[in-house]
Amino acid sequence: MRRVCTAILFGLISLSSGGCKRSPTLSESTVTGSILPDANHAIASSAASPADDGNWIMPGKDYASTRFSALGQITPDNIGKLGLVFTFSTATTHGYEAPPLVVNGTMYLITPFPNTLYALDLTKPGAPQKWVFKPEPAAASQGVACCGTVNRGAVYSNGKIIFNTLDGQTIAVDADNGRQIWRTQLGNIQKGETITMAPLVAGGKVLVGNSGGEMGVRGWLAALDEGSGKLVWKAYHTGPDKDVLIGSRFKPFYAADRGTDLGTKTWPPEIWKLGGGPMWGWISYDPETQAIYYGTGNPGPWNADQRPGDNKWTTGVFSRDVNTGEALWFYQTTPHDIYDHDDINESILADIPWGKGRRPVLLRPGRNGFFYVMDRRTGQVLSATSYGHMNGYLGVDLKTGRISINPQKEPKQGRVTRDICPAAPGQKDWNPSAFSPVTGLVYIPHINLCMDMSVSPANYIAGTPFVGADVKMYGGPGGYRGAVTAWDPLANKAVWEIHEELPLWSPALATGGGLVFYGTLDGWFKALDARTGKLVWRFKAGSGIIGQPISYRGPDGRQYIAVVAGVGGWAGGIVDGELDPRDPTAALGFANAVKDLPNKTTPGGMLYVFALPR
Amino acid sequence: MSSPFRASLIIAGAATLMVCGCKREERHSDSNPLAGSVPAGERQPTIYPGGGTPPPLDPRAARYENNAPALAEGQWLYAQMNCVGCHAHGGGGMGPALMDDKWRYGGRIDQIAMTIAEGRPNGMPAWRGRLTDDQIWKLAAYVRSLSGQPSKDAVSSRADEMSNTTPLTLTPRQGPRNADTAGR
Repeated sequence: MRRVCTAILFGLISLSSGGCKRSPTLSESTVTGSILPDANHAIASSAASPADDGNWIMPGKDYASTRFSALGQITPDNIGKLGLVFTFSTATTHGYEAPPLVVNGTMYLITPFPNTLYALDLTKPGAPQKWVFKPEPAAASQGVACCGTVNRGAVYSNGKIIFNTLDGQTIAVDADNGRQIWRTQLGNIQKGETITMAPLVAGGKVLVGNSGGEMGVRGWLAALDEGSGKLVWKAYHTGPDKDVLIGSRFKPFYAADRGTDLGTKTWPPEIWKLGGGPMWGWISYDPETQAIYYGTGNPGPWNADQRPGDNKWTTGVFSRDVNTGEALWFYQTTPHDIYDHDDINESILADIPWGKGRRPVLLRPGRNGFFYVMDRRTGQVLSATSYGHMNGYLGVDLKTGRISINPQKEPKQGRVTRDICPAAPGQKDWNPSAFSPVTGLVYIPHINLCMDMSVSPANYIAGTPFVGADVKMYGGPGGYRGAVTAWDPLANKAVWEIHEELPLWSPALATGGGLVFYGTLDGWFKALDARTGKLVWRFKAGSGIIGQPISYRGPDGRQYIAVVAGVGGWAGGIVDGELDPRDPTAALGFANAVKDLPNKTTPGGMLYVFALPR
Repeated sequence: MSSPFRASLIIAGAATLMVCGCKREERHSDSNPLAGSVPAGERQPTIYPGGGTPPPLDPRAARYENNAPALAEGQWLYAQMNCVGCHAHGGGGMGPALMDDKWRYGGRIDQIAMTIAEGRPNGMPAWRGRLTDDQIWKLAAYVRSLSGQPSKDAVSSRADEMSNTTPLTLTPRQGPRNADTAGR
């Protein structure tokens, strides 16, 4: 696990020596990590990952979803001097999953419910508040948010900050003064729909999907016109082809995904209307082909006995034309999902060495525990390799694309199925990986949990949970519940892996200085050496960290690192929701896996920003 | 193994139990309000203008608290109406925990019934018109049992869910706080 592949080592040595020679003064912005187009490892797709301008305008950093900052002032050698520059209280006590955005000297923060948007002036000492926008979402929306009243981020585009509210609105405000430009209601809380994802703006469209896979919603992805907020197209993830926007351009790679109206035929009659398949995670975009890539959420209810069939188009990956929404291909990672293994995780756009040239791929660390390398033109799975402890699945057949389920671990009515790994939150939940085009490695923050599960008939009552399962989670083998794995997507193996006592619920950040940042549920903000995984720096925040760290260049030319602490979400709900761990099924079973957390951290949203001394 | 004498002893014992436990087994065919009221309790965590006296406990409470058929039906409704999806088996999730000693809107059975019927602003749905008053009272009785309030001979020793949850007969009684308890 800890062997370093030679090519990567070579790349890193050249990177670090290059960095030393240029020995940056702090006012100079430097890119240490030279990203060589002929590098013998995965690189980010160039059209989707332009040169770093020092801003951070969307949660994924770029359309390729690298979460990589090319800034290289802060390195493993000097990070010991990294210190706190300023803080800001978000006035919330619920789980904070969003990254700050930085655009030309202004920082933007979007909080969990009530989804307050703050603008901070980075050009002034202490970064004072510039303006605040309060969208006042309906308080009742908190009651239909399955796993915390979180928000996964805002996005900047053409002078606007665009974000979603828990009660199902998409709002655009003027980035200069915080005035509302448009507001569109998309979700309906009476049906259990909320919106927690960060929008993506691509091709003049604002892309937004619904949450509510535990509430019997019917999943969709909508595209709004960026200028007006008006609906351009809406693609459902269950139902007849015309609703799913499946037409003549739809060319799935595997036979199992071909046929007419599979979104109704792979369900019991009418059940697709309550079938889930929401979209609350991450979208990537390839400007060259104008195609978007994203995964769909779990089918509902969790009790799979109630929905025999493959349950299309849930728990799979779509590619669509951003202009029309037309489906281009689909691959169902987990047909007839039985474990709540949503497939909404990030799709990193990379070009990998292939024969004499390069092949455009998606790198997808899946919730079901397989790391998928897929041809993004066709949807073909090139490899699917387990990156953690797994017994619920036996493997993926690359000829048919089909995942093989371990029949001994299949939850059935009338029994408790024990020791299923990975548990319902998967090998990795929503919290995205970072990809360094310098090392060619994917840095995966993930979890190591197993579960007992019993299923029972669920009743559908609109606006209430539609689950039909009792779950109890606990730590997996090895005595750790979280891990950071540096994954080589060419060799399909870990280069290094470090273990965390608590489940990891924060995204990762990789930098050109050769560092990987992430936070822990008990509030440690940590930096690892990207080559070795060695811990080189840490800071204890006031609350657990599930927010995404970013790196930006400040108006003074210095490299900054920023993260918002604030425990919560599914993993931290035991703290911010004051759940009672004596009931092992609390928080859909997650509370049992983090019984110790209330003794280790307290709620509270706070921004922390770090830099090297002047 | 058993003599007729021992059998008659058991029958006599059971008969005594039935007489003593009549409240436990009492069944009702309607839910009209009863006459009379229950004295207010000594704990007064809320301000009651004009003298500090909490309103009397709704007299219907007596029909449901410590009543085994009501608690059993409430337990069934708790699963069927998807209460379990939000509150789990008392530990909470989307909604607050119900097995602890904290009650946002009061832990008296009539207050819980009111919460179920009318909903609460931070996401608790309003069930009036979806459930009968009788069903709401039974649900409220079961919700109180999650924190061990009823007597142990009235609650079910068998849970419907996986065997890891604590049976209600072994659930410790939480002394409610933040609640208008009416001393119960």
